[in-house]
Amino acid sequence: MSVAATAQASNVIDGFVIGELIHHRGMSVIRKVTRPDIAMPMLIKVPNLREGEDPAAIVSFEMEQIILPRLTGVHVPKFVAAGDFPAHPYVVMENIAGQSLLSLLDQLPLPYSEVAAIGVKVATALHDLHCQHVVHLDVKPSNIVIRRNGEAALIDFGLAHHDQLPDLMQEQFRVPYGTAPYMAPEQVLGMRSDPRSDLFALGVLLYFFSTDRRPFGDPHGKRQLHKRLWRDPIPPRKLRPDYPPWLQEIVLRCLEVDPARRHPTAAQLAFDLSHPDQVKLTARSDRLRQDPWSTVIRRRFNPEEVPSVLKHAIDLKHAIEAQISAAPIVAVAIDLAEGSQELADALRTTVMRMGEIVPGARFACINVLKQHRIELDRTLDDEGQNKHLKRLLELKHWAQPLDKEENRITFHVLEAIDPAAAILEYARANHVDHIVLGARTDSALRNILGSVSGEVVAKAPCTVTVVRPPRACDAPAQAEKS
Amino acid sequence: MLIALMADIHANREAFESCLADARARRAQQWMFLGDHVNYGADPEWVVETIMDYVSGGAIALLGNHDAAIAERRTSMDRPAETAIEWTRVQIGAAQRAFLAGLPLTIERDDTLFVHADASAPRKWNYVADQYDAARSLKATHFRMTVCGHVHKPATYNVSETGSLTAFRPITGAPVPLLRQRRWLAVLGSVGQPRDGNPAASYALLDTERNQITYYRVPYDIDAAAAKIREAGLPEILAERLRWGH
Repeated sequence: MSVAATAQASNVIDGFVIGELIHHRGMSVIRKVTRPDIAMPMLIKVPNLREGEDPAAIVSFEMEQIILPRLTGVHVPKFVAAGDFPAHPYVVMENIAGQSLLSLLDQLPLPYSEVAAIGVKVATALHDLHCQHVVHLDVKPSNIVIRRNGEAALIDFGLAHHDQLPDLMQEQFRVPYGTAPYMAPEQVLGMRSDPRSDLFALGVLLYFFSTDRRPFGDPHGKRQLHKRLWRDPIPPRKLRPDYPPWLQEIVLRCLEVDPARRHPTAAQLAFDLSHPDQVKLTARSDRLRQDPWSTVIRRRFNPEEVPSVLKHAIDLKHAIEAQISAAPIVAVAIDLAEGSQELADALRTTVMRMGEIVPGARFACINVLKQHRIELDRTLDDEGQNKHLKRLLELKHWAQPLDKEENRITFHVLEAIDPAAAILEYARANHVDHIVLGARTDSALRNILGSVSGEVVAKAPCTVTVVRPPRACDAPAQAEKS
Repeated sequence: MLIALMADIHANREAFESCLADARARRAQQWMFLGDHVNYGADPEWVVETIMDYVSGGAIALLGNHDAAIAERRTSMDRPAETAIEWTRVQIGAAQRAFLAGLPLTIERDDTLFVHADASAPRKWNYVADQYDAARSLKATHFRMTVCGHVHKPATYNVSETGSLTAFRPITGAPVPLLRQRRWLAVLGSVGQPRDGNPAASYALLDTERNQITYYRVPYDIDAAAAKIREAGLPEILAERLRWGH
């Protein structure tokens, strides 16, 4: 056995001074470590190589060893060092200061707003992870830490899948690995490459945190684990009559058996959780009963009822990026000022084309209600109408010809002094992938006010499309004449 | 050390030049040419001369089945390959022929074996096209790492201490970490005649310090290479397949 596996407090490995034991069960041993030249609190993780231990311990350790060094950002622990396997198998990483979601279990059920807030944080972290080619596959309270700055971090990548690296877990073990209460149906069937498996697990967590009950219990054995393929969970509203329909809509959508019926990306899930008023309610939201037995039995014994994605072992490898880019969040900034009808029409045409090309896209139509710097704004205009509401109605009117189905289009009126800053802030906060906005045509006005589109293009965290109204065909000829 | 690994150049000057330039730009320090330098393409002379120059500067070249076929009277190749080999024999000079005839079947460097095809029987030119082929090749040697070509489709395989094998199709530009507790087999794509549906030239860089291999795809002037094949009167299929990469 290696030095690291048997490491005792105050041993030294490659300059790391081994400290207090944090965790010693299952697949690994975790201890605190320090090194004089590194100030950050750190952990060392070594595989549990004792005889008779699960051989998955080694493979899962290998996965963490190759995945962790490739991850960056606040939503994962910082990688510090890895020891070479034959001599010293270990990984040293940041010991994240913050609160593990595990510590909340004795406070369940949590208030709905708190559950949603946790959901936004975790979905945001998952989106970041998915964008880095990784599906976590073991999302559960003990693997999530809320940092002191409020951001969620995911820990333990021992069961994770990286779509640019060999999946050692997939090939080694034909039985599924995961944590029984949280595993997605496709994961139960051995599929390890769908990022939406993490959305299912997050759905389980949200259900559990808001009802104090796990939607599929704590199953043991293959048969019990498979039950989630055909038995739907008790709707949360049945357990808590005051359960908000928007939250039930989101949670039950996460728990859909067919991944294609869940939110297409973690970013879209975060979007829904942070805009409860914009969640499109379907039959899911007011369900009070589980499906009747006749339906359940049909689902269980009729192969036609099994979602196609689960029936065929589709090669989803390398598909994470493709899945995310097929379901972008597009923010359309619309200026409804008078005289910009042509521009509004051109914007709508652009959005319509995008919707046709990328059917998974979701459009957030935003309008900035400009506030004055000095005078106190009145929420009512001269005719006594609520300005905010009026804008919202105008936005909906603009979008009416787009006619988007379930949840693909939402409306937001932002109140701000600086429109460009408001659009940029919105894009950052909502993981927007693409901003579409119009360019002001009146150059005199642009000279005085500055160009909103110019500033958005320069500072946006994502792709920006600037739309101009179509040029009149005879305009250049006229200009020449004059 | 950063080693450029190029296999199955197949007398495609345009593809070879592009890969050499790409590897130089990525600061390759050593060069390995893993066989099948000639046949199919229209520039056997230039390609062999270039390899000879690199070898005189310290690079290593191995023998492939098409290189061996130059000196053989009878081959077991299919019709287009046979036609092309007859044409190639006339194109290259005595010095180049002697160079090809003198190439080794395998080369060992530290814990790595370089070979054109299946390492279990290098002269039989068996393909390493799936997990079973890979297992046979890996079982036959004790090297921690084997690098081969011949299949024209990039792949990596690894086997754990407990004997289970993982196959993986490498992603362009994404380094594959060669975990030391496993044994690895890297199958290179083809520089001059890719057959995995991607027509771009394929080669890899082995980083011995960071212990990883990265596969790259390099665009090249396919039309020019195909036009030369047609001008030389070689079978049309050899020109056409470059465009599709299979």
